[in-house]
Amino acid sequence: MKGYTWRISLILIFIIASCVYLTPTLVDTLPTWWSGLLPKDKIHLGLDLQGGTHLVMEVETQKAVEGSLDLIATDLEDSLTAQSLRFKKIGRLGGDKVQLTLYDRGSADKVQALIKKKYPDLEALPVFDEGGFVNMQLRINEKEAQVRKDRAVAQALETIRNRIDQFGVSEPVIQREGLNNIVVQLPGIKDPKRAIELIGKTARLEFKLVDETVNAATATAGSLPEDDELLFEKRTDPQTGAVSETPLVVKKKAMITGELLTDAQIRIDSQYNQPYVAIEFNSTGARLFDQVTAANVGKRFAIVLDNNIYSAPVIRERISGGSAQISGSFTEKEAADLAIVLRAGSLPAPVKILQNVTVGPSLGRDSIHKGLMAGLIGVVLVVSFMALYYKLSGMVANLGMVLNILFLMGALSALGATLTLPGIAAIVLLVGMSVDSNVLIFERIREELRLGKTPHAALDAGYDKAFLTIMDSHVTALITAAVLFQFGTGPVKGFAVSLSLGIIINLFTSLVATKVLFDAFLDRVHVKRLSV
Amino acid sequence: MELLKKTNIDFIGMRKFSFIASGLMAIIGIIGIIAIARGTANMGIDFSGGTEMQIKFAQAATTQSIRDALAKGGIKEAELQEITGGNQVLVKMHKSTGKSADQVADALKAGIPGNTFTVESSTEIGPSIGEKLKQDTIVAVALSMLGIILYIAWRFDFKFGVGAVIATMHDVLAMIAVFYVMHREVNILFITAVLTIAGYSLTDTVVVFDRIRENMHKSLKDPMITIFNKSINETLSRTIITSVTTFLAAVSLFLFGGEVIHDFAFALVVGVVVATYSSIFVASPIVALWEKRAVEKAEAV
Repeated sequence: MKGYTWRISLILIFIIASCVYLTPTLVDTLPTWWSGLLPKDKIHLGLDLQGGTHLVMEVETQKAVEGSLDLIATDLEDSLTAQSLRFKKIGRLGGDKVQLTLYDRGSADKVQALIKKKYPDLEALPVFDEGGFVNMQLRINEKEAQVRKDRAVAQALETIRNRIDQFGVSEPVIQREGLNNIVVQLPGIKDPKRAIELIGKTARLEFKLVDETVNAATATAGSLPEDDELLFEKRTDPQTGAVSETPLVVKKKAMITGELLTDAQIRIDSQYNQPYVAIEFNSTGARLFDQVTAANVGKRFAIVLDNNIYSAPVIRERISGGSAQISGSFTEKEAADLAIVLRAGSLPAPVKILQNVTVGPSLGRDSIHKGLMAGLIGVVLVVSFMALYYKLSGMVANLGMVLNILFLMGALSALGATLTLPGIAAIVLLVGMSVDSNVLIFERIREELRLGKTPHAALDAGYDKAFLTIMDSHVTALITAAVLFQFGTGPVKGFAVSLSLGIIINLFTSLVATKVLFDAFLDRVHVKRLSV
Repeated sequence: MELLKKTNIDFIGMRKFSFIASGLMAIIGIIGIIAIARGTANMGIDFSGGTEMQIKFAQAATTQSIRDALAKGGIKEAELQEITGGNQVLVKMHKSTGKSADQVADALKAGIPGNTFTVESSTEIGPSIGEKLKQDTIVAVALSMLGIILYIAWRFDFKFGVGAVIATMHDVLAMIAVFYVMHREVNILFITAVLTIAGYSLTDTVVVFDRIRENMHKSLKDPMITIFNKSINETLSRTIITSVTTFLAAVSLFLFGGEVIHDFAFALVVGVVVATYSSIFVASPIVALWEKRAVEKAEAV
């Protein structure tokens, strides 16, 4: 049996490649000459092995659509006022409509022309009269709404990525999943609660005027004037931790919003040793801020984040120059996080956390330790059994199995696949199953030997006859592994990756690697009896 | 070494016993599936939604004291499970309770003062994820079964394909039956184990089928049952040895792999045993009877 040089070379190449890919994982500090094309990545460990947080979030995209309709309503209000077209009311109606109530048909025609020019994407419904007024409805169509929803998710992804980058997590995974979901993985994170709060904050910053004409203490949602709303200012006492809520009535319409910011930084007030957030406006923001403060000296200005009032200082004088500050009763960490969310921008829609899996670092270490221990014990058991049962041939099978594990780890590393705890389990299971091909072959060889064939002939016949069986059994196993890969997430996907790679690698080691060992041996040594 | 010398066991002849045993298993398994579908089985929060936490206390804490502390914090419907080694406890709450991991931590902090604890892991899953997972799982199981029938029908014969799938279904049902009867948790890892064993069971079955096909070509005159019995006996030694090695590996996972994969490894151990059994006592007898009936029919004509 000639021609095993190429087989041996192939095996050697695989061994060297596996070792090269595994070096960064096994060696703590890579030598200085280890550079250029040589791999530098360690095997990626799943969150179940290194600890960390896995979040699945749903972007409430309907809210994004509603928000953009609100903006359109406000914008229409402004344009109609600017062109002195009289209207009674403009507002969002339900989830996909804006309704305008006008006084007469004449202005309705003008408004219609204006809308057609300004919002060609919106669908205008037929005008109808109701109670002496003229009603116009604008509808956002299904397709346009979908575009906006899609954009909202993409934008949310970008914002979340920005926030996490500024928060400082190494190797985060931030991916879109399905239509509305975003998956975030934060390996090795120490304070998951803080991170989740940071990621989940919508961070819609608004500056609203306080309406002092209404008594906030006795106000209820029903008794408020139509353009006012009731919000609360939360203060946490730094000593006792008690939270107090002060109600405030503010104008619904925001004078300035967070979109006009260019920067936000945490600063410490030297007088009171209190942290605050210094913000910078862009030129539009600066101009607006200048105008608003000039026109409202002596009034209170509420700084509202996600409908919570941070502070409501009195405007003492006109503020020009485009910088302002948000102070409140927050800790340094809270102020730092606030600065991050303001810098990274607001989410286009609120997010809801659907799944939150957090694994502590010690559990991860424990899992690795136990998984590797179980693996080692499994390998030793199987190796001893094979050596005992098939003697020398068993050792060849064992060698094949060790190659199997080496190649599999190398392949996982080269592909950048993630090793999970179930992945380790899959490898251990493969150890048990990987000898199967060899068992099939050895049993065939034994049968052939019983028929009185020479060792060499028995070996060839054994491999030949077992070949199809091995193919069939591997393909069926691969079918289920592929299905697991397709539908699994997280650790299950890791399991499927290890399993399918293992099955493919096992085909090679059992049909090529062990065979070449036998061939090389039988060619050199003339044996009378095969040790099987 | 040889565990088994040349054997000559009448496996097909034992079908009366094996079919009764397997039938019983399958019925319990079907009851288990119904319970899973209705949500009355011990479902993991992956499927049902809810909160699960693994908590490690600095000093030993009794389950009763933890239960009291939780009740004081307004959490009454929590399932507690002690984890062997290191003062650990698993707290599981279904989505109906609507309690978060933070609330549990707060309740424990207030209820058991002086005994510090660390949250080793916490999982909160919203109901919509569970629903999606359920659908995905059903699709996955159906897809893999279909793929396997197609492959075996192509490689062998339709009869063999059906035999293999029945044997595989049998193993799946038996695993569900064991988990249902022992009230172990059905979660995503269990489903993973089931699909893995389905692959393993098929491997086992395919090896026997391969030999049957080979022997059928070799000796056309022998009665079907003789050929089937002969083939099972010839591959018996391989079946046992592969099962032993896989079993050894699965058992070491079960004993030493740690809490997280304990149930998963248990499912694998059970699966290896039933898969070995079914490839000998279920898959081939079904095909043999079917073939025999076909042959007799042909002769009668």
